[in-house]
Parts: sequence; C-alpha cells; structure tokens
Amino acid sequence: MSILEVNNVSIRYMTGDFKDIGIKEYITRRLRGKYEVKKFWADKNVTFSLEKGDMLGIIGTNGAGKSTLLKAISGIMEPTEGYVKREGTIAALLELASGFDGDLTVRENTYLRGAMLGYTRKFMNEMYDQIIEFADLKEFEDRPFKQLSSGMKSRLAFSIACLVQPDILILDEVLSVGDGAFRRKSEAKMKEIIYSGATSILVSHSLEQVREMCTKILWLHKGHQIEFGDDVQGICDRYQEMLDGKRKITIPAN
Amino acid sequence: MIEKLKRHQFLFEELVKRDFMKKYKRTVLGMAWSVLSPLMMLLVMRLVFTQFFGRGMDHYTTYLFCGNLIFSCFNESTSQGMTSLMGNASIFTKVNVPKYLFLLSKNVQTLINFGLTLCVFFVFCLLDHITFTWKFILLLYPVLCLVLFNIGVGMILSALFVFFRDVQYLWTIFTQLLMYMSAIFYTVDRYSPLMQKMFYLNPVYAFISYFRKIVIYGTIPTPWHHGLMLLYVALALGIGCLIYKKYNTRFLYYV
Repeated sequence: MSILEVNNVSIRYMTGDFKDIGIKEYITRRLRGKYEVKKFWADKNVTFSLEKGDMLGIIGTNGAGKSTLLKAISGIMEPTEGYVKREGTIAALLELASGFDGDLTVRENTYLRGAMLGYTRKFMNEMYDQIIEFADLKEFEDRPFKQLSSGMKSRLAFSIACLVQPDILILDEVLSVGDGAFRRKSEAKMKEIIYSGATSILVSHSLEQVREMCTKILWLHKGHQIEFGDDVQGICDRYQEMLDGKRKITIPAN
Repeated sequence: MIEKLKRHQFLFEELVKRDFMKKYKRTVLGMAWSVLSPLMMLLVMRLVFTQFFGRGMDHYTTYLFCGNLIFSCFNESTSQGMTSLMGNASIFTKVNVPKYLFLLSKNVQTLINFGLTLCVFFVFCLLDHITFTWKFILLLYPVLCLVLFNIGVGMILSALFVFFRDVQYLWTIFTQLLMYMSAIFYTVDRYSPLMQKMFYLNPVYAFISYFRKIVIYGTIPTPWHHGLMLLYVALALGIGCLIYKKYNTRFLYYV
C-alpha cells in the first residue's frame, strides 16, 4: 500500500502575455481570433510511488519541474494529465518565507501558518511553545514578522511544519536555510521524522544532503523523468556526471 | 461544503483575525471609522438635500439613513471583496486552501461594520420618532439577502479581478452610478408607475426599499418583492459559485 502515488502526471503551464492585457485588448484579440495562450509542459509523464517512511529526494537543474511537481502533489495545482493519490495529511513547505504576513507578529503568523497547514487550534495551543523554542525566537514572539531576518523567517516556517508530524512532509529547498547551527538541528529533526515513519519529499540542490538523507531519488530534467529508484548513490553519481558535463542525457520522446 | 467549512474553521478564524488587525492597525478610532464614514455621508446629505428632496416629507433622516446603510454595506463589501483573492495570492499559490475563505473573511468584517452601523441606525430611528413594531423582525430577511448577495457579487468580482485589473476602475465608476440610481436621497414618487417599477431592476434599490417599507411606512412588502430579492441573491451566488468552481485551479496561472 503506497502512501503517495503519482501516476503519469503531466502539468501544462499557460504562459504568454495574456496576463498583462486588459479587457479591451482581450476582446479585440478574441474578435480577431488572435488570442493565444502558449502552452508549456513543466512536467511530462512523471510516475513514481512512495511507501511509508520513504524519504524521496528530487534532483534536477533549474527549471526541471521540481517545484511544479510538488505543487501537484500538495494539491495546489491539478495535474493536466494523470493523477496524484495521497493517503493521510500532507504538509507542504514551498518557498518558505512567502505566505507570511509582515504586519502580523510572530505569534499571529505562527497560528496562521498552522491553520493553513490544517492543524486545529487546540493542537497549536499545545505545540506553540515547542515551535517557538525550536525556532529560537522566544524574544521575538511579539515583534512584527517583517522585522525578522530572512534566516529567522525560514527557521520559523521549518519549525512549524516539522513539529507537527504530518504523514507526508514536503520540503522545497528548506534545509538550506538558517545558519550552521540551525541546519544541524533541522537535519537532526528531519531524520527523527523519517525514523518516526513519516514520508518526506525533499528538493535540494545540495547533493551531499540528498545522498546522506534520502532513501529514494527522482531525477527530473526539463520536465521529464530521467530516473527514479532507491539506488541513491548511483543516481546521484550520474547526476553529478551530467552536471560536470561528462554525461549527455537524452529526453525520452513522447 | 459545511464539512469543509468545519475543517477549515481554525484557518477561517485566523484569517478574520488577520484582516481585522491589518485594517485597524495604528488607527486611533479603530472600528469606529467604519461607522463614522456612513454617518458623515448621512450628515452631509441631510444638510444639503433636506431643502430639495425632504420638503413635506416625514422622517427624511431615516429615509436617507436606510439608503446609506444598505448602500455603504454593499459598496464596502464588494469593493473589498474584489481584491480578497488577489491579495492572498501568495497564500493560495503555496498552500492548498479553499479560495472562497479569503472572500468570506472579508465579508465577516463588513458584516460586523454593518451590524454596528445598524445599531446607530436604530438610535436614529428613535430620535426620529419612528414607532418600533414587531415587523422590524422582518428586517432580518433583507439583511440576510444583502449578505448573500454581497458574497455572490464579491465572488464574481474577485475572480474577474484576477483576470482583468480593469475591473477595479470599472467597478468604482459603476458603484457611483448605481448610487445615483438607488434613490438614496430622493423619492421615486414623481416618476411614472412604469419608471418606479424599473427602479427594482437595481438589486440594491430593492433591498433599500424593503427597509424603508418596514421602518418608515410600517407595511410588509409584497411577496413579489420578497421573491425578486431572492432571485437577485440566487443569480449572484449562482454565477459566483460557478465561476469559482470552473476557475478554481486556474487562478494561480494568472497571479
């Protein structure tokens, strides 16, 4: 029984200048039949599944479709083709510091974020102190969020998502935040979560981190799935070779 | 829908709280501002228009207040609702939350403002020697209709606003025009019966005149009047929900 199943998922983005035109321009283009939306496949035919306790590392160069895939997994986007099946609660941390409100205090933001991740008020009341302590922001509790440094912001976001034990945890470039001390702390926390049986997905550009922590690897390149499997070191080696320019990859034809 | 709302109750409360804090942060009067603005409007209208439109008319102040009360609620709710989706783009592109929560949260805020203004309204009624009857209970009906209507229009506007920013300016102009067509400070008596009926094409006027019939004239509006209001609500909500349903997953391409 897999906890997360991604089946043949393709995601098409709409791009082009259709966002920037006003009503007048929209109508004239429609009338002339010149209204067009460019289509762009951010992900094409991605298939994999995860079991309970897996730690998946998604690797790939910029624009490989990693973040888009995460959006589909967390339910923010609907896949254009294929489907995503998930069991249990999911906590997604995409682009950490965004979604916070600069005018609210740290405390208010913590509750708001907790609410967004689907926790109950009771749960947040219990966990609040623990979260703040982990993020090391005790003396900043009642300060407006915008006064925090960017490292502090990410620390808070990480702490909220991690201390709550979701079934599936998605981390997009999360572990590369904070200073050295916090990074060690957060890695330890991540391992604790993995060993407690949660399924995690990690996107990282730090191959070292991926090699060390992940049990499965998904390699994406320009939206296409190059490799998926539990041969972590092997896949990472081949990825490294490609980065070094020693290996050419062929994109599977559609 | 109800189940979903229950699941997101905590988030909803937090959003409402956030909207409140942001709106009244660093203001001396806080929520009083929201009551003050319709009152100022009322004062000016009262001073300026009594000589023109209020001659030989009883309870002109109450008449004015009815119009201002409803219209300012409609105006505030829709124009703030319009930006609710766009303003929270950074949230719904990162977290999977029902998008109508942002709009509803804004509407809770305007509803509370409306409630406060309504209290002031009743005080004014007392000062204006209006007799309170049991029929005042019926006022719940237009209030409920107005709230639902506002939500419906808010849904339509907030969705359109994501696609076309022009909507903001168009709506400002439109509400201005609508205000003059809502018979807020004048009466429609002088128009032909046909024209008087035409006024009911304006939903806001239908709400306002319901209020006036109960408060000033002490009569219960016709079933036809009730039905018309219901129709407007159903239309606005129906179209709004349809748009949200259809574009739910597509909003994020446009922000």
